[in-house]
Amino acid sequence: MSGLRAMMRPHRLFLMALFAGFVIWCALSLRWDWVPKYAPLALEGLWVTILLLISTSVLGFLLAVPLGLAQAVGPWYLSAPARAFCTIIRGTPLLLQIWLLYYGLGSLFPQFPWIRSSELWPYLRQAWPYAVLALTLSYAGYEGEVMRGAFSGVNKGQLEAGRAFGMPRFTIFRRIWLPQAIRNVLPTLGGETILQLKATPLVATITVMEIYAVSSRVRAETFIVYEPLLLLALAYLLIAGLITLLFRRWENRGSANPELPRTRREKNLPLEG
Amino acid sequence: MVLLIDLSGLSDALELLSLSPPGWGSNLLRGLVHSLQIAFGAFGMGLVIGLFGAYGKLYGGPITRDLLAIYTTVIRAVPELVLILILYYVGTDLINKASQAMGYGRVEISGVIAGIWVLGIVQGAYATEVLRGAIKAVPPGQIEAARAFGMPTLTLMRRVTIPAMMGFATPGLANLWLIATKDTALLAIVGFNELTLETRQAASSTRAYFTFFLAAGALYLIVTLGSGVVFGRIEKWARRGQPSLRGGGR
Repeated sequence: MSGLRAMMRPHRLFLMALFAGFVIWCALSLRWDWVPKYAPLALEGLWVTILLLISTSVLGFLLAVPLGLAQAVGPWYLSAPARAFCTIIRGTPLLLQIWLLYYGLGSLFPQFPWIRSSELWPYLRQAWPYAVLALTLSYAGYEGEVMRGAFSGVNKGQLEAGRAFGMPRFTIFRRIWLPQAIRNVLPTLGGETILQLKATPLVATITVMEIYAVSSRVRAETFIVYEPLLLLALAYLLIAGLITLLFRRWENRGSANPELPRTRREKNLPLEG
Repeated sequence: MVLLIDLSGLSDALELLSLSPPGWGSNLLRGLVHSLQIAFGAFGMGLVIGLFGAYGKLYGGPITRDLLAIYTTVIRAVPELVLILILYYVGTDLINKASQAMGYGRVEISGVIAGIWVLGIVQGAYATEVLRGAIKAVPPGQIEAARAFGMPTLTLMRRVTIPAMMGFATPGLANLWLIATKDTALLAIVGFNELTLETRQAASSTRAYFTFFLAAGALYLIVTLGSGVVFGRIEKWARRGQPSLRGGGR
């Protein structure tokens, strides 16, 4: 109710009217006749983007758990390589990593006859395995650092209690350590997933046909510049909003303290006297 | 045998990377200089936008606050690559229209300036949030005390708020600087001759992809690690006299 009332204050109504005017102006005076022709392609591209986002986030997270664990509690011969991996991934541009994997490995593989005759070769000749690999490694690098903090942030007493009950080490990890670590960093993970969404258009440079590539193609074929870009920005805004909602729901469900969701909601209210 | 091949491969790589003309080293270094120029400019512009944005978000009227909220939300949700394209086309269109209205012909826009303008607007959104958080972390009593003494707004900003918030803002700003250096690579897609594009050109004309991409990665890594050290110093300096956050460790 209060959210609705906050939206109805005069200046907001004015801004909304302005925005509605902008939308109507866009609809009337910009060119949209290309949309029906490219709609199927755009939907396919949207699907590729979402698929890339979900698969690389999940795979990257699975890789980030051991990376974080190695850095938090591992012996030096595990923690040093893990730290080096995270530093290198976080210290170089993703575009460079994607090009290194695609052009570098892509030019290396054909030199080996046994790779060319292997069953994997038809896949290795396409672009998407390199895109998935690069995005996965990137997510793992950033998340490995986050998970390091998460693992060392879990209260030691909790782990000791589990050990005192004679729980096996893996059970402690699965039932106490990991769930609490993940719960503590869920907001960070949500932010990182949005960053991952924003990284997906880079794979268009290695010929993966996702939504950004579709918009570039529209621009190249029809010479219409702004309209596809505006739609593209809108699509990314919607996906980012969806990710935020999803993570907020997980946060609220996962919090042990039932008071927490309410205080968080109160914090988001606008500040006023 | 393997060692010999390795050695010869290594010497080939060194030859390709040498600074004199048969090698491409000078091209890479020129690209690095362009990248750093753009990153510095964008970071500076982002800081200025961020400072105004943070003040607007904290002390501005309702319309300013709503507009700034839209700015930071949209910029942070849309991929940099898309923003770069939109801002690049909008910027060149606007400048060309302005110059035609004033009677000049089409203007050729320098890549460095365009890159700074585009990345600066993106950085501004992030800097707004970082600086807003840092200003909020300053104990309000300090600012109130300065106001009670009748200190003018600009003096208050210069002598109380900014020095007091520096310690809180430095880690976030360090992150932003790293993002700025890495985002310059995106300008390769719009065709600016920064490090990543120079690397790709060198790599595709010599077919030595691994050599050049690894060398460029090493250059980026040197920049990132070096700035890590510098920002560590700055943070230490900005926090001088404040109690350590780590509670005595390190």
